[in-house]
Amino acid sequence: MAEYTIKVRRFQPESGQGPYWEEFNVDLEPSLAVLDGLLQAKDREDGSLAVRCSCRAAICGSCGMKINGQSGLGCKTQIGEAQERADKVASAVGGDSSGNPIVIEPMGNMPVVKDLITDMESTHWTKIRRVTPWLLPHGEPPEREYIVEPESMIDITQSMACIQCGACVSSCLSMEADPDFVGPAALAKAYRFVGDPRDAETKERLHDLAEDPHGIYDCTHCFSCVDACPKDVAPMNQIMRLRRKAGEEGIEDPNSGHNHEIAFVKLIEKKGTLDESALLQESFAPGIKGKLKPSKRAIKEMLGSLPTAIRGIKTGKMRSLPKLIPGIHHKLPDGAQDEVKAIYKHAEEHSEEINLYIKGEEDVVPEPDEEKVEEQL
Amino acid sequence: MPSHDVLVIGAGLAGQRAALAAAEQGVSVGIISKVHPVRSHSNAAQGGINAALNPEDTWESHAFDTVKGSDYLGDQDAIEVMAREAPEEILHMEHLGVTFHRNEEGKLGTRAFGGASAARTYYVADITGQAIMHVLYEQLMKYSEQISRYEEWFCSSLAMDEQGECCGVVTRNVADGSMELFSAKAVILACGGNGQVWKPTTNALICTGDGIAMAYRVGAKLMDMEMIQYHPTTLAGKGFLITEGARGEGAHLLNRNGERFMEKYAPNKMELASRDVVSRAEQTEINEGRGFDDGTVALDITVVPRKRVHEALREIVLVGRDFAGVDITKEPIHIKPGNHYTMGGVKTDVDGRTDIPGLYAAGETACVSVHGGNRLGANSLLDTLIFGKRSGRDAAGRAKRIDGSKPSKKVLEDEAAMIADINSREKGSGRRVSEIKQELGETMDAKVAVFRDEAGITEALETVRRLKEEAKTAYIDDHGEIFNQDLIGAIELGYMLDNAECTCVGALERRESRGAQYRTDYPERNDEEWLKHIDLELTDDGPEISYSEVTITQWEPEERKY
Repeated sequence: MAEYTIKVRRFQPESGQGPYWEEFNVDLEPSLAVLDGLLQAKDREDGSLAVRCSCRAAICGSCGMKINGQSGLGCKTQIGEAQERADKVASAVGGDSSGNPIVIEPMGNMPVVKDLITDMESTHWTKIRRVTPWLLPHGEPPEREYIVEPESMIDITQSMACIQCGACVSSCLSMEADPDFVGPAALAKAYRFVGDPRDAETKERLHDLAEDPHGIYDCTHCFSCVDACPKDVAPMNQIMRLRRKAGEEGIEDPNSGHNHEIAFVKLIEKKGTLDESALLQESFAPGIKGKLKPSKRAIKEMLGSLPTAIRGIKTGKMRSLPKLIPGIHHKLPDGAQDEVKAIYKHAEEHSEEINLYIKGEEDVVPEPDEEKVEEQL
Repeated sequence: MPSHDVLVIGAGLAGQRAALAAAEQGVSVGIISKVHPVRSHSNAAQGGINAALNPEDTWESHAFDTVKGSDYLGDQDAIEVMAREAPEEILHMEHLGVTFHRNEEGKLGTRAFGGASAARTYYVADITGQAIMHVLYEQLMKYSEQISRYEEWFCSSLAMDEQGECCGVVTRNVADGSMELFSAKAVILACGGNGQVWKPTTNALICTGDGIAMAYRVGAKLMDMEMIQYHPTTLAGKGFLITEGARGEGAHLLNRNGERFMEKYAPNKMELASRDVVSRAEQTEINEGRGFDDGTVALDITVVPRKRVHEALREIVLVGRDFAGVDITKEPIHIKPGNHYTMGGVKTDVDGRTDIPGLYAAGETACVSVHGGNRLGANSLLDTLIFGKRSGRDAAGRAKRIDGSKPSKKVLEDEAAMIADINSREKGSGRRVSEIKQELGETMDAKVAVFRDEAGITEALETVRRLKEEAKTAYIDDHGEIFNQDLIGAIELGYMLDNAECTCVGALERRESRGAQYRTDYPERNDEEWLKHIDLELTDDGPEISYSEVTITQWEPEERKY
């Protein structure tokens, strides 16, 4: 047994007060969960402490919350580990190195209803329904089962593993900037149909999600959802797969998102670092050497993005104007570009999808041979 | 007053399937659930779902395995219905979009499961329940015009009309505390089992026997309430489930001496004997000092190829890692028998009808009975779908036939008074609700578990009856309207105590050992006296016992060996 202090961001809507912090002291085994700590406080001290929970085993998806600022499930986060993290965070900013309270808050990007309970209906579920979340098969079903590649079912089972807990939505930085973003959970759900060979409307789904300005190209690749997901669904990876499929379909999206990605890949392969002048050209008028010949739509988009670019230059996020002139981008020092190329080669040779249900586990890096290491030392 | 032709209470697999089946018949359907539907406990069914779908397999074989597994207490007419309809139902789920595992030809593939004479378990990794339930919820979203969803609404009692027919439900909208009386021509209870009566349990916190207690309180008969399954592989402490699929994939059970002890108890089926047999074997090893110091034996999954573990038992890898700190691909994990499933429940026929007109039950809430004294692994998902579907259809048929009556507002007033009473109890005037739950769970796990005897059950029953008294003055902290989980917990405690009392009474009455009921004072099965169901009906003095016959169609009882 060990003692912990949990510091809960509380909100009692009927009290007439705003949110406040309350600390509870609990004692339990470090291997037990943060949720167990909350339930102990609720059982012993204050039954009005509101938290959704049911299975206690990370399968029902009820107890999404923020623990020390990180989105996840209360039942899956061990309280001992949460304590370590609380101490690490505190000591990093000059606080005490032990005995800090474990900070627990409701999920982000959703309205708070009471204590740790959020309104998932108006955010999460509305977005889920946005992606037409049911199978749209072609015509009448066969007499027996649909015959499909075994791998295809394993592939989409990764997104099927989603328990709709909302942790990814809570952590999504793009949604913070654009509340209309369809978001990681709903897009992972969309891949579950797009990747399903039984679905007859995958093209329509891809057009829909690529052409929506709040769709697949609204993701900024920040990995927050991958970190937050308690079930290894890796929502961002599912979004990237949707993008790849949309690209393969040749779907034109309003932000030239697909071309933008290809431009990125090409430029780094060629120059090692990002040539922003060429990036603009390649994104809006790919493949045209020399003069910039963007389409009307692209001009409109580029003009639209001017204020952002100016802000970027002012704050130092973008390089200064002279360096945006095509042709003067520096090259990497000797040999470095070959290493970049080697990385590309490796990536291309290992382009197989990583799916945690079947792959990714075979390539376990062998633990270093201890004797050999000692010899080397 | 909101009104639907068919009202389904509970939105796990049985409830959602019932709602869809009723809606297909063109009636108006409402589905009420105290949690969001995808939080329902059907999620926890990991291993799979049985069906004799393979051309070499037969429904008779599936039915016989189920009869034998039930220790001949299952009703064979019901078991036949379930086994016959299973293949079509699996295909229906596949057509709706369930991502079932495929074999190399791209057809549905199977795995082996306990108590089965063929590999007939269809599965999605080890998230089969979750995968099916989320697909059903997709269908609920698709048919939202035909099916109204009341998500996070809690039911506190059933409404009856003057003819003694069920005509509605009293509910509380959890989000704002408003009370609502729903009227319906048929009500289907699909509220799951009562695992929370035991501590620890594999069951979720929501599994508090609501449907069983609500039906019992309006006079419906309960059946075989003593039949409570202890699952052979649960984690010590919190009681988390390790799927039977692990043994299906070839994992071994070992005692502290490293012996594969199932050789002694079930030399043919070994680890894949039926659950009651394996749980008793483990408990015997533990009781006789061959378990580990933490009161467990070991499940060795390292004998299963690593790649296969990651492909087919991924959830268990996570459970081992996150909740036991064990990498199951590298070392054995300590397990013990733990409370898992309610075989008994509200007595129904094969169309889900209880003996109260207008009231149906399906899934774990119901006792058809297809599981009798012991449920086979991967038969519970099947039970929910088959009898959910049949209940939904029959309830829709009734709704089309009758005019229906409006429930009296009095029932709503009674419920409001009940809630006002709970709210009026001063802090410290009695015990905390959570304390009573704890004592109940520990008592039941100690006295009414794998091995039972008269003295222990009697003691448990006395404790339960004392707790029932104490519950009348138990107090809560939250007196608000919005998400008052404390209040709901107090009402659930009442449900749990009714369930516990019935289980004790049934267990005390059945003076033999059959399936999950093992009486050390009556260690033999006694077909002459006890090949019958124990029915319980509420009277002023508590549950009154009566008996009903077990339906036998083609399989006469014989000795059960694995």
